[in-house]
Amino acid sequence: MLSLTLKEAVHKLRDGSITAKDLCEKCIERLNKTQQLNAFITETVDISRDSAAETDKRRQKSKPMRWRKLEGLPIAVKDNFCTTGIRTSCATTMLQNYIPPYTATVVQRLQDEGAYLIGKTNMDEFAMGSGSVDGIHGPVRNPWKYKFTSSNTSEQTKPIEQVSMRNYHTSTDDWHIAGGSSGGSAAAVASGVCFGALGSDTGGSTRNPAAYCGVVGFKPTYGMLSRHGLVPLVNSMDVPALFSKTVDDASILFNVMAGHDVHDSTTVTDEFNHFTLPDNIDIKDLHIGIPKEYHAPGLSKDVHNAWEEAADMFEKAGAKVTQVSLPHTQYSILCYIVLNCCEVASNMARYDGIEFGHRAANEDSTEELYAATRHEGFNDVVRDRILAGNYFLLRQNYEKYFAKAMQVRRLISEDFKKVYASGVDILLTPTTLTTAPTYKWFTERDNRTSSEEQDIFTQPVNMAGVPAISVPSKLSTDGLPIGLQFIGQNFKDKELLTIAKWYEQQVQFKQLDLDYLDTVS
Amino acid sequence: MAASMQKISSHICQLCKRRYLTFKHKRSSSNLKSKPWKSVVGLEIHAQINTESKLFSGAENKFGGPTNTQVSLFDAAFPGTLPVLNKGCVEAGVLTALALRCTVNKVSKFDRKHYFYADLPAGYQITQQRQPLAVKGHVDYCISDKNSFETKTANITQIQLEQDSGKSLHDEKDRISLIDLNRCGTGLMEIVTEPDFSDGTDASAFVKELQKILQTIKTCDCKMEEGSLRVDANISVHKLGEPLGIRTEVKNLNSIKSVSKAISFEVKRQIELLENGGIVENETRSFDTEIDETVPMRDKEVKTDYRFMPEPNLPPLHLFDSESVKTVSSKMSVINIDDIQQKLPPLPEDTRKRLEQQYSLKRRDVAVLVDNSGLVDYFEDVMRLSPTTSAKLVSNFIINQLLGVLNDRKLTIYKCPVKTEDFGKLIDLLHTEEISYSTSCKVLDEMFEHPNIAPKDIVDQKDWRQISDTQILTNICEKVLEEHPKLISKYRKGKLKYLHTLVNKAVIDSNNKANPRILKQIMEDLLDNK
Repeated sequence: MLSLTLKEAVHKLRDGSITAKDLCEKCIERLNKTQQLNAFITETVDISRDSAAETDKRRQKSKPMRWRKLEGLPIAVKDNFCTTGIRTSCATTMLQNYIPPYTATVVQRLQDEGAYLIGKTNMDEFAMGSGSVDGIHGPVRNPWKYKFTSSNTSEQTKPIEQVSMRNYHTSTDDWHIAGGSSGGSAAAVASGVCFGALGSDTGGSTRNPAAYCGVVGFKPTYGMLSRHGLVPLVNSMDVPALFSKTVDDASILFNVMAGHDVHDSTTVTDEFNHFTLPDNIDIKDLHIGIPKEYHAPGLSKDVHNAWEEAADMFEKAGAKVTQVSLPHTQYSILCYIVLNCCEVASNMARYDGIEFGHRAANEDSTEELYAATRHEGFNDVVRDRILAGNYFLLRQNYEKYFAKAMQVRRLISEDFKKVYASGVDILLTPTTLTTAPTYKWFTERDNRTSSEEQDIFTQPVNMAGVPAISVPSKLSTDGLPIGLQFIGQNFKDKELLTIAKWYEQQVQFKQLDLDYLDTVS
Repeated sequence: MAASMQKISSHICQLCKRRYLTFKHKRSSSNLKSKPWKSVVGLEIHAQINTESKLFSGAENKFGGPTNTQVSLFDAAFPGTLPVLNKGCVEAGVLTALALRCTVNKVSKFDRKHYFYADLPAGYQITQQRQPLAVKGHVDYCISDKNSFETKTANITQIQLEQDSGKSLHDEKDRISLIDLNRCGTGLMEIVTEPDFSDGTDASAFVKELQKILQTIKTCDCKMEEGSLRVDANISVHKLGEPLGIRTEVKNLNSIKSVSKAISFEVKRQIELLENGGIVENETRSFDTEIDETVPMRDKEVKTDYRFMPEPNLPPLHLFDSESVKTVSSKMSVINIDDIQQKLPPLPEDTRKRLEQQYSLKRRDVAVLVDNSGLVDYFEDVMRLSPTTSAKLVSNFIINQLLGVLNDRKLTIYKCPVKTEDFGKLIDLLHTEEISYSTSCKVLDEMFEHPNIAPKDIVDQKDWRQISDTQILTNICEKVLEEHPKLISKYRKGKLKYLHTLVNKAVIDSNNKANPRILKQIMEDLLDNK
């Protein structure tokens, strides 16, 4: 049952061939059996059971109620989307016990269509990272090639206080990271716990873990999905994004969430036209661009091959495939670091322990309270970025750093526009340099170095706001999933998804199957 | 060495522009003290926008609500909340900009201004630093005192929209701070002027005019005592012909009187300081109304770098005119400057000009009418009901008598018991000389006591009608002359002041009812002819 796609599960729930209760119990069982992945920060099992019961009741009503688009479907939500009454920690001490009084618009829209929350997923603190290893709840483990031990089948609860911060890695066997910062959501979908999940994508935080975990990761055009209720990292680049098993599933979730939100002035005001993706897709008139700058040092052979195979596949099917240039790509990461730090410094200013969140015991003066609260509440990565950001924003530095970075950002954005204006419909790139690295390897680097490496192919997209999707391609020679990225044009999310779906149809990637866990008692 | 010499001379050149000025400057430097001081004042005015809800949130926007009851999640900076610009605030801002004759920017932008303070929950204020709502305006205003009356123009540098902060209450004894966020996020218009004012009187006259304008267009209630209009003044002094001095900023002046007094004090303080060889420090001061002095701010901040940054959650604010609005597909949330221009009511200066022309009134009188809320309406109502009445007489009587009676009785014009119709009839009686000016004052008093009795009836009842009949007046005069032959001879010897004595005696004989103008004429004729 857990290997169904979201689309299939929706159908089966609607026609009654499965009940919401059965589905819910299956998911909870899988959740329990994959505890070792550490994909969830807060599990909402009670809410799930209540919601499933509600769905089954709706069916039994004498006067049938409207069958909603996502009726009875469990979804997971990254722990930086606010959920009324449910802890939203952003994996930080600062918000360790923060229970928001409101729900993010995108979550609300999913719930309004009958989906329910199975849990809040693990991440890097305040989404600052690309491995999902830098949160207070410990690292997320990639379910691919993970050696589940029998102990994980017992129902264990994890009071977060007992989780040590960095040295979570206790197993002698190394394992692969899930990618980040939305690693928990990626692992949850990949391991079959839920049929879709929300992540956020600021520099690749959804596409990166999607590629590492062998699922679809879709970052829509900036402004298509409301950020209201998403705890911000970089407001001008943050996009609510989603994980699913298939492109069709991504499209269904996207259609439920997209459109203007009065609470977010940066969402597009034009009315959103709902769409479904065609099954028979013609790519004959398609022009695929292969950006030459993406042949970057460090690109693994496996990934490179998958990329080339994909390009050939399109060419053979009649599409025009040409090499294109995005000349300013090389400056993107540095530019991103400046803008990221500046907005982080600004966005984090509100965490002062006065209105909400962690408050230190030192109340000798307001300033001392601030200092102690912020020292205790933020990890090193966050504090580093705040320091750098405030430096960049000083009056004497503003022109040198922030203003320059904005100019470079415009150039990067222009790169995309020019390529599309030249007739290219879509860009095809790898999502990441390699397959998921091991935890040991990854944690030997510092957060900034790994961000630079991990975000290299995904991050320029956020500069331009264009939509992009990572689609599982194949397994590498050592059995890990490879993701390829399609980059579309602003507000042509449907076209992007359609082409991604065509590719998905060709490669027939086989999802991770953890059904064997069900037989372990 | 040579290089440094050159520097000095070029520096002087920059100062004085011309060589001969340099020379003059040098010569006169010995008697520097004799040159007069000149003070320069610029204002930054924070006017709370009179809207139902706040600038970026739906929270209620009322003065005096119970603590922390008008706070939305956004106002308290809860994570994940976003600003949503209140269209009403923008419209109020545009209306204000037009009233202050500013150029409204078709595109303006919002910025974050960072500083840590407990009543600023987000750690930054959203304001318009780089591209404000409007720039380059001007306001005509009147300054008057007993001896002089002057119309001046002040230039407006810019108007920007921004958030107000919350309020902190510090309990020194228990060492705690209490925060009220009701005001946090209220829309403010920051109105910045050029340094166009010469002193406290000048600056306060401008603030008064600004108050009148904002009240007329209803974008701010301007209740300074409630803090809905707050004034910061930048003040410096220098010797005539020299560059501007170092300025201080006096913050949060919350009455017209404080504006005037604080600036006057600060000017005096700076001059005394400089004359005693001191230097003015660039600092922020506050005004202590107990002692009428400016004092350095208690928690004087170290120079803050506000680390300005564009607000990423608000797209640029686009405004349209009737031409450009045609290009917009969805008209729903569009603001058309030309439409707002149409809604601009006559401003105080418009009214002054109109009254001057329409009724041939003196500007000084018109200024008084306009300055006192409700007087113009009262005046015009009188004129409408009695179109033949002398406008000059009506305005004089309102200004010199009615206002006084109202003040004595602690009434506003809106509570005036004397109906405009009756007031007009009273003026008619005065105009046709049926009663004397002094009688008319008495009638007015009676009308306050008995608002239902027509002035004519009061005059009749009291037998206050003026005697203008020349025969009767001649008889009275002749009688007085008969009784005072000595005065006649004194007058005829050239002591003309005795005419006045004789007239007064005749007035008394008439029970104060004689028409003094005619009486005087008759008396004069009689004296000169006999």
